[in-house]
Amino acid sequence: MFATVSQLQRAGVMGMNYRNIACLFEHNPRHRYPLVDDKLRTKDLASDAGIPVPPLYGVIEIQRQVSHIKRTLAPLKSFVIKPARGSGGNGILVISGQLHGFYRRAHGGMLTDHDLQHYLSRILSGMYSLGAQPDRAMIEYLVNFDPVFSSITYQGVPDVRIVVYRGVPVMAMVRLPTWRSRGRANLHQGAIGAGVDIATGVTREAVLANRIVAEHPDTGVAIAGIHVPYWDLLLQTAARCYELTGMGYLGADFVLDKAKGALLLELNARPGLNIQIANRSGLIPRLKLVDSYVATPCSLTERVGFAKHEFRGS
Amino acid sequence: MINRRVFLVAALLTILAAAIFAYKVVILELPLGPDAEIDTWNVEVRISFNGSDGPAKASLYLLQTEGHYEVIDERFISGDYGLSIRQLTTNRKAVLSSRLASGQQFLLYRATIRRLARPHELEVTKTPEVSAPELYGAELAAARNVLESVHRRSADVETLVSVLLEELGSPASDDNILLLLDRDRSVLERANLATRILALAGISARVVHGFALQRLARSAAEVHWLEVFNEGQWLRFGVANAGQDIPDNYLPWWRFDRPLASVEGGEALYTRISVTLDTLPARDSARGVSKAERSAVVGLSLLNLPIETQALYHVLLTVPIGVFLLVIMRNVVGIKTFGTFMPVLIALAFRETQLLWGIVLFILVVGLGLAVRFYFDRLKLLAVPRLASVLIVVILLMGLISIISYKLGMPRGLSVALFPMVIMTMTIERMSVVWEETGPREALQQGAGSLLVAAFAYLLMNIELLRYFVFVFPESLLLVLAMTLLLGRYSGYRLTELLRFEVLGREP
Repeated sequence: MFATVSQLQRAGVMGMNYRNIACLFEHNPRHRYPLVDDKLRTKDLASDAGIPVPPLYGVIEIQRQVSHIKRTLAPLKSFVIKPARGSGGNGILVISGQLHGFYRRAHGGMLTDHDLQHYLSRILSGMYSLGAQPDRAMIEYLVNFDPVFSSITYQGVPDVRIVVYRGVPVMAMVRLPTWRSRGRANLHQGAIGAGVDIATGVTREAVLANRIVAEHPDTGVAIAGIHVPYWDLLLQTAARCYELTGMGYLGADFVLDKAKGALLLELNARPGLNIQIANRSGLIPRLKLVDSYVATPCSLTERVGFAKHEFRGS
Repeated sequence: MINRRVFLVAALLTILAAAIFAYKVVILELPLGPDAEIDTWNVEVRISFNGSDGPAKASLYLLQTEGHYEVIDERFISGDYGLSIRQLTTNRKAVLSSRLASGQQFLLYRATIRRLARPHELEVTKTPEVSAPELYGAELAAARNVLESVHRRSADVETLVSVLLEELGSPASDDNILLLLDRDRSVLERANLATRILALAGISARVVHGFALQRLARSAAEVHWLEVFNEGQWLRFGVANAGQDIPDNYLPWWRFDRPLASVEGGEALYTRISVTLDTLPARDSARGVSKAERSAVVGLSLLNLPIETQALYHVLLTVPIGVFLLVIMRNVVGIKTFGTFMPVLIALAFRETQLLWGIVLFILVVGLGLAVRFYFDRLKLLAVPRLASVLIVVILLMGLISIISYKLGMPRGLSVALFPMVIMTMTIERMSVVWEETGPREALQQGAGSLLVAAFAYLLMNIELLRYFVFVFPESLLLVLAMTLLLGRYSGYRLTELLRFEVLGREP
């Protein structure tokens, strides 16, 4: 039922307190958080650096814009509405189509203009943002995800998370939406996470609510052994985010689009710890390895090469 | 991970706390725990009135050494009022006077009294004279009737008084008593009437006014009883309990049918009495340490503050202990709570409601509030108006619960009013967001976690010894601060993580 402290220490598991003290305080400068916490700023930063991101259709900043939302949305077939400063995947609304003036939600149900306006107002009022600050709502391209994961995804969009420590990708996983997560890719909302081998980009078994599962609970298809496309590009891009943001410990979330390839969805300055369960291995030994390696500044390719070499077969 | 500066600050705080503590214990010899034998109380009377731009004269009855109680110290804080104290036959009276009193006037009388093991006996030289009572016409006839009926059912003075008081106190008393008491059946009124009826029988009786001494009363209520002269001594009869003996903690203060304080040349007179059990060592008061010495001893202590402020700090100083527990629960155990300090504030409210009732009331308010909040969600309101609406509903709910529980004869329900309503509102708000986003399971889990921490905090903050300790030795809070700082650098696992990462611990 319980693991002992020494068991976890032997496995090198990183706890919440350790993450906060050793990673966040040490490597993430306070003044750089806004770059990452505000998805719009992250988007700007990434596009300026030439990193592909999901196209932005519009930003709703003030209540007045909310009333004209119909005009903004009319030409769009499908789209995603999300709070710019939302946390933990909260407040994301996926619209997969429009029909007779109704909006169809991705995981079922129709919304009226009125519903949508209320939803936008709630985002603006800061209901989903960190510390309930007033927020902006962004209307974004709905990813048409790469068929590679379609057999192991139930609704929603699967994404790839790579945790980067001091510029070196240290751990990765794919997050697969389930019926329980209502199409969302966040583990604490019921999605399942499958570890990805940093060296090869191949998935392994997944974790659902702290239990190891071999097949997707809704589709019944084996999760392990799938090769994540664009893997090298993903590692490179994730590692670049270190220079881009100056954050020494971050999680980079990517989606794979059928037409547009790998897109950087968002960055996370406080990535969760479940990635360790998905990979069935602790983060601390890897971080220590990186600490001993990054004594001298080194290039992007060197760092990715180091990661692929050291974190093989995990 | 080891942060030297944190350790240094924590060490300095610990040394400082230990030094002050050692000084107080070794040099000042303050007792380490609440001493059961301590029997010293501070009694404080605050008088305020509005001066009428002319001369004003306020009179106040003073405490005096008699029976089980001895006055060991008294003082006035009365600005530029002149003071004269007069010893009357059975009362002591202070007259405070000023040539010009304008605006609101404040006077303060403070006395320290102590309970004696052997009571002072009142010296009685001669039987007091009994003057004819002020009863006329129908009232006189009614009083005679009452006396006659009581007389028939008694054997001597003692039983006569008991039967009389019982008669006056019983709700279904006869028409004569109804006529005499009119509609005011208060203890004071009954006591006054009893003296007049006894005077008819030639028995000397007087009303005694005083207060019940207790640990802490910010605004003590007057109590009244009767003294009846019989065979060379004054016998005491409780009026509220119809002739039984009065409780030991009743402090006699003044006698006869007069108010504690009165004022000439002023209006809107307001008096308030507060009583606290003093935490000074008993032996100091017994030795009769002089005022100057005593204030030097506790010069830098909370014990020197006005009694009402002391009472406030009694509560405030336990908060750091609750907060420390909260830090442990969140960062070492890993229990999730709504809002950082919400459980401690709820724990403070539990002090008034008691634990079981507190939990029931909390669940009731939050549960009903949540239901209303979900309905409001359908109305699609903007955030601030919605929050405000929930706050209004929370207050209405609290009022409703008070009314219903009062009607049902459960006065504990009244204390729901002490819940911090803004905190309750925020709890409802956060709970509903979590409910919607992550599901009811997570919301209920966090709600239960908050309640659990609140209950623990309440139990900890209510340990008598601990409360005494932090009040007399507030420097111990420096130690709490030092430990909290150290916990701020705790990078070990949380207890709940041992469960969460169990699967990783199993790996070879």
